[in-house]
Parts: sequence; C-alpha cells; structure tokens
Amino acid sequence: MSGWTVARLVARTKESDTARTLHLQVPGWPGHLAGQHIDVRLTADDGYQAVRSYSLSAPADGDQVAISVQPAPYGEVSPYLVEEFPEGADIEVRGPLGGWFVWRPDRTEPVLLVAGGSGVAPLVAMLRARLALPDGPAFRLVYSLRRPQERWFGDSLDALDGRSDVAVDYAYTREAAPGATRPVGRVRQEDLLIDGFTPAQRPLCFVCGPTAFVEHCADILVALGHRPDRVRTERFG
Amino acid sequence: MPVQDGNALAGPLSEVFAVEVTSAWRLCPGCGTDSTVGALRVYTMGTAAVARCPHCGEIAFRLARHAETLWLDFGGGGALRIPVTG
Amino acid sequence: MAALTPGFRARRRAPGDRLPPGQFTTEGFPVLSAGPTPVVGTDRWELTLTTETGDRRSWTWSRLMALPQDDLTTDLHCVTRWSKFDTRWGGVSLDVLLEGVDTHATYAWIESYGGYTTNLPLADLRDGKAWIAHTYDGRPLPAEHGGPARLLVPHLYLWKSAKWISGIQLRLTDQQGFWESLGYHDYGDPWREQRTWGD
Repeated sequence: MSGWTVARLVARTKESDTARTLHLQVPGWPGHLAGQHIDVRLTADDGYQAVRSYSLSAPADGDQVAISVQPAPYGEVSPYLVEEFPEGADIEVRGPLGGWFVWRPDRTEPVLLVAGGSGVAPLVAMLRARLALPDGPAFRLVYSLRRPQERWFGDSLDALDGRSDVAVDYAYTREAAPGATRPVGRVRQEDLLIDGFTPAQRPLCFVCGPTAFVEHCADILVALGHRPDRVRTERFG
Repeated sequence: MPVQDGNALAGPLSEVFAVEVTSAWRLCPGCGTDSTVGALRVYTMGTAAVARCPHCGEIAFRLARHAETLWLDFGGGGALRIPVTG
Repeated sequence: MAALTPGFRARRRAPGDRLPPGQFTTEGFPVLSAGPTPVVGTDRWELTLTTETGDRRSWTWSRLMALPQDDLTTDLHCVTRWSKFDTRWGGVSLDVLLEGVDTHATYAWIESYGGYTTNLPLADLRDGKAWIAHTYDGRPLPAEHGGPARLLVPHLYLWKSAKWISGIQLRLTDQQGFWESLGYHDYGDPWREQRTWGD
C-alpha cells in the first residue's frame, strides 16, 4: 500500500493510567511485519497538518491494526490521539513502513528485545508474532520502565508466566515491583548478559526507546561482543 | 538530542522510491562503514531530515517536505544497494 | 484534499505583539541540530572573518573575551514553530567585529565547526542586531546549544543563528546555506512567516 489512506478508529483500550492503544480499521490493509510502523497524518480545519510515526504494536487482525500512544506533556498530537480523537472518526495513515527494524517469522536465531518505556510497542509486536507460531526461536524481552504501574501490554506479558522459551525480565528504574530482587536503576551489563542470548549464540538484538536509552543499551550490547549489525535500533528522538 | 534512526524516514522515502529503501545498504565513501539506510543516524528540523553515516557522520542524503514539494539531495553521499528480484 | 481530523488543532496561540504568526510559546529550550554536536575546546576555538578580497582577521577565545561585551534579553523563534521569550545572553556585537572592515559585500556566509552553513544579508549582522554569543542565562553556553560560541541573530528564524560558529565570509553574491539549499527560506523573517521557498 502506498500513499495516504483513510483509517477509522474502532476502539481505544487502556495500557496504563495514561497510555492508550488505538485500534484502527484500514480498508485493504495488506498485512505487516512485526516492527513496522505507520505514519499518521492529522489535518486541522485551517489546513495545518502534522505527521507522526507510531509502531504497530500487534500483528494485523484482518484489516485492523493497533498503535499504542503515550501522551507527551504539551504534545501537539499524542494528547489529542489519547484523549480527544473520537471513536468512529477517520484519520489518514500510510504504511506499513520500514524493512530493517523488523522480525521475520522465518528467522531461526534467538531474539533479544530491549525496551525502554513506550519503546516496548514494536518489540511486543515481535513477541506476539513469535507467540503466533507453534514453534520458533527463543525470545527474551528486557523491559526497562520507571515503575510497575507504567507497564504496557500487561495481559500479554503475564501470559508468559511459566514459559522458558519466551520470557520477559523487568528492569525498573525508580520503583520495583513487590518481591523483585533486582535493585532499581538503569539497565546494566548484567541485565543484558542472559543465558541463551550471549554473543556466542548470535542472537538478533532489537533495542527501542528514547535516544539516550537506546545508545546506552546498544553500547552495552556491542561491548559484550554482539556484532554491531546484529544490534538493530529504533530511537524515538 | 533529536537523533533518530533511518527507520523513521521510511514514510517520506516511500513517496520517492518504489521499493522499501530502509533495508537498502550504503557503503560510506568517507569511512567504509557498510550500513542499511534504516541504521543511518537521522537529524531532523521540522519537516527536513539529514541522514548520516552511523560511524563517521558523513551525510548520506538530505530530505525535506515543504508543502507540495519534496526535496531530496544525494550530493556525494554514496551509492545505495537495493536488493531487487528478477 | 486531505481528510479533516475532527477537533484537531495546531498547538499555536493567536499571534500578538510578541508572537509571530504560526508559532507557539515554550518554556523549554528544544535542541535541534543537523548533525552530531562538535566538541570544540576554547583552547583551540577560533573565529575567522574573511572579506571578498581575501582579507582575514581572526579571534582566539581570549581575544574575543577581551572585546567589549553585551548582555541582552531577547525572544527566539524557531521555524519548527516554537518561540521562547526572554532568553538572556552574553556576547560580542558583530558591530565590534566588523568595525573598520573594508568591504563592499552585501552578503554574509556563515560556517560552523561540524560543517553547518547558513547565509544572510550583511546588513542583518549590523546595527545591534547580531552577536557572537558565548553565555546563556549567566552560564557558559552549553555545547548542545552551540557552545562555546554561536551566532545570535534573533530577528530571523533560529536556524540563521548558527551554532558552533567558526567563520564569517563577506561576499558580493548570495549563496544558499545548509537548510536554505533544502527548501528553507533565503531570509527567514518570522514576522512575515518566511519558512520555505515561495513564502
């Protein structure tokens, strides 16, 4: 699909106290790969336009796709999408976009996902694409967030309890969950040195989050010995 | 810093190219680093963007969208290698 | 024709005496850059002024600091639509640097550490309208905002106020700089909303 097409907001679901997932119906949606994004274009009645990119946070459900949005303080677009954009209303979208920061289900090597805050969205899309397969490579998500109540996709992540091939570790930076043994703080080398996902196993690594977080984690991964071209990054800027 | 990855330019580039360009490779003429367009470092000002080599910072290309005009400057930014079929 | 997005509005205020059209005010100080932040120590910092005949004068950091200094409070307007009121700067007026320079040039070509360039009429650097700024809010200008020193031309959109300035060439003919050659306006007056070619 190329160019802008009109999508309709069919539902808005809660990810945290502030973040929402928007479920958009896009007639003729061709399907997408986990990690791809869409551009969203908003047009005000005076003709002013704003374009933003949002990662698709789930595999396509027919012609429905999902994006997950954290409202930025004083933001121009994200608070509108979270709080005001009415269900049943239309918005222009373009996509699916991107071919580098994607996970293809025919890959066989282990996958290490490192998420900072809302950077978890495309990585959970990858995790969900893996879970849709009957069998597949080992996945590990390291999810850095400030405190437990800011967690997105809680139901999907809690459903991993008891699995060893697809699992999630939390790295809380301000306030830990009850019973957590890891001291709070930013991601450290030991958080990313995980059995089954060491450089010797040649995993594919995907890192997504704010710029400083991505650079910090990508530096750790390369210092651990991962080849730079196997550490794929997406900075939010 | 408002630095992003080349991934972020997939939408604007889709207005120019018939193929998905962020998975194209670019050998940097400045330092010899081979990287995909998706792995370039992107600096933006409004609706304009500068894509640079992730290693040496040399400019790969510049792109801007102003109203109905799309600007694309490949300057001396090195060849793109785009896998095609057939 | 694009589809309207119901209820979506630009985050802008009604323009007034202080806010140019199409802008909104911010309390923060967003960082915009065309590339990585160059690290330039004041021990090797130098600013060179070159005339159309090739005459050169240059200033090291200590020579710049020995010149008469101005303090000023001004509003900034970025082409990405934010404006910031009452920013406090310290620096050297371009009138001081241009004093006694023999030139018939009408244009100035600005170069920066890191490769950035911009262009503007020489008249816009004169008469108390432009500074080499090295102090922001009472402190040394941080590198992310152009330190050790940047051009400050607050009556034009902020991309004209080149960060990490290294050189000023006085020229008889105009040549487009980094953003000007990618569709941004040659002059960039925020009050006439000169954002891009054709505005």
